[in-house]
Amino acid sequence: MSNTLFDKVWDTHVIRKIEGGPDVLFIDRHLIHEVTSPVAFLGLKSRGIKVLYPERTFATADHNTPTINQHLPVADPLSANQLKALESNSNEYGISHWGLGHQKNGIVHVVGPEYGITQPGATIVCGDSHTSTHGAFGAIAFGIGTSEVEMVLASQCIMQPKPQKMRINVTGKLGFGVTPKDVALFIISQLTTSGATGYFVEYAGEVFESMTMEGRMTVCNLSIEMGARGGMIAPDETTISYVKGREFSPEGEAWEKALAYYKTLKTDADAVFDKEYTFDGSKIEPMITYGTNPGMGMGISNNIPDAEDVQGGITTYEKSLNYMGFHEGEAMLGKPVDFVFIGSCTNGRIEDFRAFASIVKGKQKAPNVTAWLVPGSHIVEAQIKQEGLLDIFNEAGFVLRQPGCSACLAMNDDKIPAGKYAVSTSNRNFEGRQGPGSRTMLASPLVAAAAAVTGKVTDPRDLIEELV
Amino acid sequence: MAYDKFTILKSTAVPLAIENVDTDQLIPARFLKATERVGFGDNLFRDWRYNPDNTPKKDFVLNDPTYSGKILIGGKNFGSGSSREHAAWAIYDYGFRCVVSSFFADIFRNNCLNIGVLPVQVSAVFAEKIFHAIASDPKAELEVNLANQSITLLSTGEQEKFEISSYKKDNMINGFDDIDYLQNIKSEIKEFAENLPL
Ligand code: SF4
Repeated sequence: MSNTLFDKVWDTHVIRKIEGGPDVLFIDRHLIHEVTSPVAFLGLKSRGIKVLYPERTFATADHNTPTINQHLPVADPLSANQLKALESNSNEYGISHWGLGHQKNGIVHVVGPEYGITQPGATIVCGDSHTSTHGAFGAIAFGIGTSEVEMVLASQCIMQPKPQKMRINVTGKLGFGVTPKDVALFIISQLTTSGATGYFVEYAGEVFESMTMEGRMTVCNLSIEMGARGGMIAPDETTISYVKGREFSPEGEAWEKALAYYKTLKTDADAVFDKEYTFDGSKIEPMITYGTNPGMGMGISNNIPDAEDVQGGITTYEKSLNYMGFHEGEAMLGKPVDFVFIGSCTNGRIEDFRAFASIVKGKQKAPNVTAWLVPGSHIVEAQIKQEGLLDIFNEAGFVLRQPGCSACLAMNDDKIPAGKYAVSTSNRNFEGRQGPGSRTMLASPLVAAAAAVTGKVTDPRDLIEELV
Repeated sequence: MAYDKFTILKSTAVPLAIENVDTDQLIPARFLKATERVGFGDNLFRDWRYNPDNTPKKDFVLNDPTYSGKILIGGKNFGSGSSREHAAWAIYDYGFRCVVSSFFADIFRNNCLNIGVLPVQVSAVFAEKIFHAIASDPKAELEVNLANQSITLLSTGEQEKFEISSYKKDNMINGFDDIDYLQNIKSEIKEFAENLPL
């Protein structure tokens, strides 16, 4: 029988199928952070259960951490308490804990791959919806709720029905100035925020084959924004050379065994998907969002669509434009920008900072813009320094902050003030997501950089002299 | 976490006719700093419900005494966004036991089922009928019968069936959860783990 990549990984991990119910799925790797785990540990305690495989769970603090002065005690008592809870729970149950200040600390979906915790063909869960990031390696990775975090701690399993399968092909070559973020925002704008609900997506085609691992992670990261349970890309040489030799990657004989498994991880030629889409990559422009969900995106040189041309309720559409202070038919180019945020598990990797640097190099930050540059991890931070990007940033009037989720969800002090406009490389432009009343435009690191130096929404292609 | 058993729920409903209600609206991130599951109901729909100075926003439905009940009826694609179970806790803690929509986001639906809030997915037409009935009479009652998998608009007798797996249905009727199940198959899990490729 012909199987898809998704079938192969899922079926390998099914312990039991319950009739009229979910599958019992074994989870290889479990990532936890401070926000969605405390109540799960409380649950374990009240039931008197131990963690079944502590060595398969990894804890890092990221959502609630400050991005400056990380050497000082955390000022907000509630945040400090949550960080403390993660540490004491991890210690009590024998889980590796990379807390604030630890060399391996960083955003959970950035450090997982960096240390080789993320492996092709693995099942990976975390109490964070952007766990879909790890699908870039050909893993089945998805976000879970706190009850499920407790389940995985207790039994290393979760119970979910097998989702349906969707393939999204993007053919051809991307145009100049068009990045993986644009590909993802484009796909979401076509499918809408609920277009892939109930499905697990496989991304296929030339555009993904020629992408780096960083780019693939950006694309898979955003799968959840069209409602998909997750998204994955078949592992190839790019994947294997990324994974090899990382701290938690298999070694020696185990590596040979793993490699043999990785090689089986592709969709059979005649396998059938429940739904399939194909897009022409060469038609994608740099994207920007104009509304309050990630599906409300468009090519940067277009005008905001009229309500009649948009799927979904007109009231919802109007509410959204009202919130943003935008109107139907307006151009996005030239709109003033107050804040620029580059970071998050979507675009907080080295490649994203290289892209940002390629535009701001030799220019100056616009005086009306406050910019937050937040690396996804200490490794990214170190690379930024080593590659001389920090000098470029400093000369252009930017400062680099310390790793964490930061303004992606604004749980710490990095909040966009009410009514202010932010161009953000993160993943959600929901009302108030980046701070109460904040107005977010999602875009790529190139678009963010162009906004940072011009102070308004600008097509980055106008600022790049040489083709990249 | 144990929750109250769910069998038949007869109640008025609170209408929220907005599409794509995301979990950042259900419970904004700044209220996720607790380490215990208490008090989330106070911050349900915080930024739609209250002004920045904490006075209630008069035009938001939860602040309108005309509407009340244990059922929340929302627009299409309810619960999209973050995986925070806190969103479902806030709904439960506020006093809702059932959310009705013509379409739910995946993780949110799962989270609800895991904590004893019943997500009832109805057709767009039936959702319209409910909204309509409440608009003409805010005291219009609904009956949700989990055993029969049916939702009835009591004023007109119109009824629709909804889907739920028989496993989850039994769990909710009995107040069980998945951990109870998994604890019973621990040796099978351990044996399985021995033979995995990774
Ligand atoms: S960066 Fe944002 S989306 Fe990513 S893990 Fe942190 S909060 Fe979640």
